[in-house]
Amino acid sequence: MKAPRFAYARPATLEGALALLAAHGEEARVLAGGQSLVAMLNLRVAAPRVLVDINRVPGLGEVALGESCVRIGALARHAELERSELVARHLPLLARAVRHIAHPAIRNRGTFGGSCALADPAAELPACALALGAKLVLRGARGERRVAAGEFFRGLYETALEAGELLVAAEFPLPGPASASAFGELARRHGDYALVGLAAYAQRDGPALRDVRLAFFGVADRPVLAARAAAVLEGRRVDEATLARAVAALDLEPRGDLHASAATRRRLAGVLLERVVKELAQ
Amino acid sequence: MSGELDFEGPASYVGRSVSRPNARRLAEGRGQYVDDIVLPRMLHVAFVRSPHAHARILSIDTSRAERMPGVRRVATGADIARICKPYVGVLTHLAGMRSPPQHPLALEVARWQGEPVVAVAAESRAEAEDACEAVEIAWQELPAALDAERALEPGATVIHAEFGDNLCFRRVVDTGGVDEAFAGAAAVVEDTLSFGRHTGVTLEPRSMLADYNAAEESLTAYHSGQSPHMMQAILASRLGLDEHRVRIVCRDVGGSFGIKIHIYGDEMAACALSIMLRRPVKFVADRHESFLSDIHARDHRVRARLAADREGNVLALEIDDLTGVGPYSMYPRSSAVECNQVLGLTGGPYRHKRYRATGTVVFQNKNPMSQYRAVGHPIATAVAEHMIDRAARALALDPADMRRRNLIPDDAYPCQSPSGMRFEQLSHHACLEKLVALMDYPRLRAGQAALRAQGVHRGIGLASFIEVTNPSPMFYGVGGARIAAQDGCTMRLDASGAIIAATGVTEQGQGTETMIAQIAATVLGVQMSCVKVLTGDTDKVPYGGGTWASRAAGIGGEAVLQAGLALKKNILEVGARILKTDAGSLDIADGRVVKRGTSEGLSLTELARIVYYRGNELPADFQPELVVTRHYRVKDYPFVFTNGAQGCLAEIDPETGFVRVLKMWCVDDCGRVINPKLVEEQIRGGIVQGLGGALTEHCRYDERGQLLNCTMADYLVPMAGEMPDIEVAHIQTPTRTSLLGAKGAGEAGTGGAPGALMNAVNDALAAFGARVTSQPITPDVVLAALGKI
Repeated sequence: MKAPRFAYARPATLEGALALLAAHGEEARVLAGGQSLVAMLNLRVAAPRVLVDINRVPGLGEVALGESCVRIGALARHAELERSELVARHLPLLARAVRHIAHPAIRNRGTFGGSCALADPAAELPACALALGAKLVLRGARGERRVAAGEFFRGLYETALEAGELLVAAEFPLPGPASASAFGELARRHGDYALVGLAAYAQRDGPALRDVRLAFFGVADRPVLAARAAAVLEGRRVDEATLARAVAALDLEPRGDLHASAATRRRLAGVLLERVVKELAQ
Repeated sequence: MSGELDFEGPASYVGRSVSRPNARRLAEGRGQYVDDIVLPRMLHVAFVRSPHAHARILSIDTSRAERMPGVRRVATGADIARICKPYVGVLTHLAGMRSPPQHPLALEVARWQGEPVVAVAAESRAEAEDACEAVEIAWQELPAALDAERALEPGATVIHAEFGDNLCFRRVVDTGGVDEAFAGAAAVVEDTLSFGRHTGVTLEPRSMLADYNAAEESLTAYHSGQSPHMMQAILASRLGLDEHRVRIVCRDVGGSFGIKIHIYGDEMAACALSIMLRRPVKFVADRHESFLSDIHARDHRVRARLAADREGNVLALEIDDLTGVGPYSMYPRSSAVECNQVLGLTGGPYRHKRYRATGTVVFQNKNPMSQYRAVGHPIATAVAEHMIDRAARALALDPADMRRRNLIPDDAYPCQSPSGMRFEQLSHHACLEKLVALMDYPRLRAGQAALRAQGVHRGIGLASFIEVTNPSPMFYGVGGARIAAQDGCTMRLDASGAIIAATGVTEQGQGTETMIAQIAATVLGVQMSCVKVLTGDTDKVPYGGGTWASRAAGIGGEAVLQAGLALKKNILEVGARILKTDAGSLDIADGRVVKRGTSEGLSLTELARIVYYRGNELPADFQPELVVTRHYRVKDYPFVFTNGAQGCLAEIDPETGFVRVLKMWCVDDCGRVINPKLVEEQIRGGIVQGLGGALTEHCRYDERGQLLNCTMADYLVPMAGEMPDIEVAHIQTPTRTSLLGAKGAGEAGTGGAPGALMNAVNDALAAFGARVTSQPITPDVVLAALGKI
């Protein structure tokens, strides 16, 4: 379990980092918190020629309130999101989700950008980005572009990032006063990747829910919106009958793996939908 | 002599929760594990392991690897076989058992995924791993025999052609009268239970640093192990060295749990490479290869039937145990012991007289299985306790009452189980009654009913168990294995007045050295801080077995006690000469030789000073001997059994199938308790290991024999957050086979917890008319039992 040889660069500016990424293309990997990448190096499942360590790049770790969004820098550590009053006030979903990520030692190092760029389908933060309609800010040699979370996560460890591009931040739209969120996940042990997880968002309209977004994770090759189930809930009061119809409308096709069969995952997704949406409506 | 031993008095360290003197050293980072040892000219070895469950090696091309940076030797199985003789993991007292000769590295055929095939020695581990990737092996994949159930079917792939089939061992126990008992029974319950493969996951992985000295033809092996003299004998005989020129050093050991009492090809190959290269060679398993090569355990399928009369008296028990143990029986303790233990132990706490048990051990193309903490006990206990609960439910009896009716009465000893196990003195009823009082069992039952009405589904599980401890030579020695059942202690009074105790039993984190010091200080009447304990070095300690099968306190501790008594006698004889009195009128108290009942006398420091420097002050015809050695072995019984009872409160979520363990209780009788805190932590740690196997830990293979979970992210060990509060209490029935009276406590927790948990889960599931019969009890298993998936 020793990593193969690699070159290591620690640029001090964003331009320097982008230049290195442009020069090395597919042979470079970005090192942020290293909580997944270092293990992958040691297991020799990743063998990049060059590691570009962005930890010294200034300005990438900020969590800031803009006019219409909360901007979370790629290097913001999970533990910082956990402690951030700004996140707690404006993005309570994120504040809740982040406590489910692994363990304190990992949250001290692991970064928001690292989690999104790795795109593990069972990770919490990509699902939150999807539920809250965040945009991912990508910077490359040719400039900056914004990609909606729904288009950013493309598959198992696959994103819209192109060779030479760096994920620098995510912008979460400021939720309105009637917005509500709820989060739940089912894991065998606290801190494990979830068997099934759900990050949910809606607008409350009296007793009914509108703009319902149910972002499931751990059930596909990327976080997915359960659109049909959300459509059942849309504009309706949340009661047992509606919930049952929403569960029936779930069209997830989770695969079985070591930790749970496909049937169990399907069932758990339904249970989680009921529990999380009940909370959403409260 | 026993009259001199006062374990109850204020000066006794025995019976007190003394803190571990070595904890500070470990906490300050001054522990010394094998990987901490760095020798001049040391090389590191990494292994190319078989990627296939069963495959023929057509060719091996090492030429590219040999040219890689830092590489000093690339050795194939044939190269190592020229240095190291093969070994056969068979015990002769397990009649009919067979296993073929095994070489450190696969020769022509690799028989499990992870079997070491090529060794690369290089200047660094990273360079060795780089070169491993450059070794080219042409494989011809062979059909693999994976499923134990089908291993003996006609047409099954035969792993060792010379045997004709895949049978390793079979044993039948039959008291007779079983069929008649079933025919006349009021209630017959029957189930098939399965137990998944899991493994030990020691914090410090297996490690071997071999240092061959050609000038002396000697080998020093720094080993993370628990049986140094066994390793000495085996390394000497397999490597063709004089035994007295092989030295095994086990300094700090970061957990062992039985994983490290076996012979592993990678460790043997490291020793062979040291001989070939005349340089120190270090092997430290990484976590990935630990999962692939540390022995696995359990993986049993047990069919069980139990017959009871209308009142709930158990009339007969029948089991059929099948287990697949990988392609070889492990050397030197074999891989048939777990099955043998299941046959011997199942139903052992109970009064029934009729018992029939069949055990079948088969070869398969998976990582070898062998002894891991509480060998066989978790299976034997879970099976019997499940069947007792099934019968209780069938007869509408409370599970506690069912046990009260059937446990062997506490005044019925000595006696023998239907399988032939001899019990000196057990305390099942005392333990059960203390347990139900500790749990407040009636209140738990009332609370359970009230919560069920609110949709909260809790279950209460009980498990009575026996534990094999303090083994005599009947365990291994009788079967031809060079594993000592006796153990020794050499104790001396140094010139400064300090006591040095060297013992053959070993410390691997459980507190052995503390326990030894407590006994020595108590017997000699000195402060514990005056006692230094030496363990884990075949050049320095008397010949012994090491620490396994819960033998360190019961056997090693008794040797210390006997050595202490002998040294005390010699000290008092010296004191008598100096004080010009009769030795019988003297005693040692608080480090001083005193006239009994007074403080008049001299300190051990002064006595030692006279003996070592001022011998002229002693009579000319008197020679003091302040170094003594005593040994001890269990003579009266094959094993000294212990017993206990565990309780579990668990909650199931019937929607998700998740199980949450809310609380565990254990009442254990390990005879005289030397250090309550250490015993309780042994039991707590053991319970956590038991719960791990019963709930989450599982070595999962796919249909091609590939182990799917080789990381700590995929192999789920229990974490503190999910573990319940564990309450422990003691009943003390000292064994009369020794003066000390201590029995073992290392395996009680692991042996009982899976049964208690499964009974708790099934108690909760009973409200739904469901039950689980397989471990680990995952959401898949619970939801399937509930018919929800």
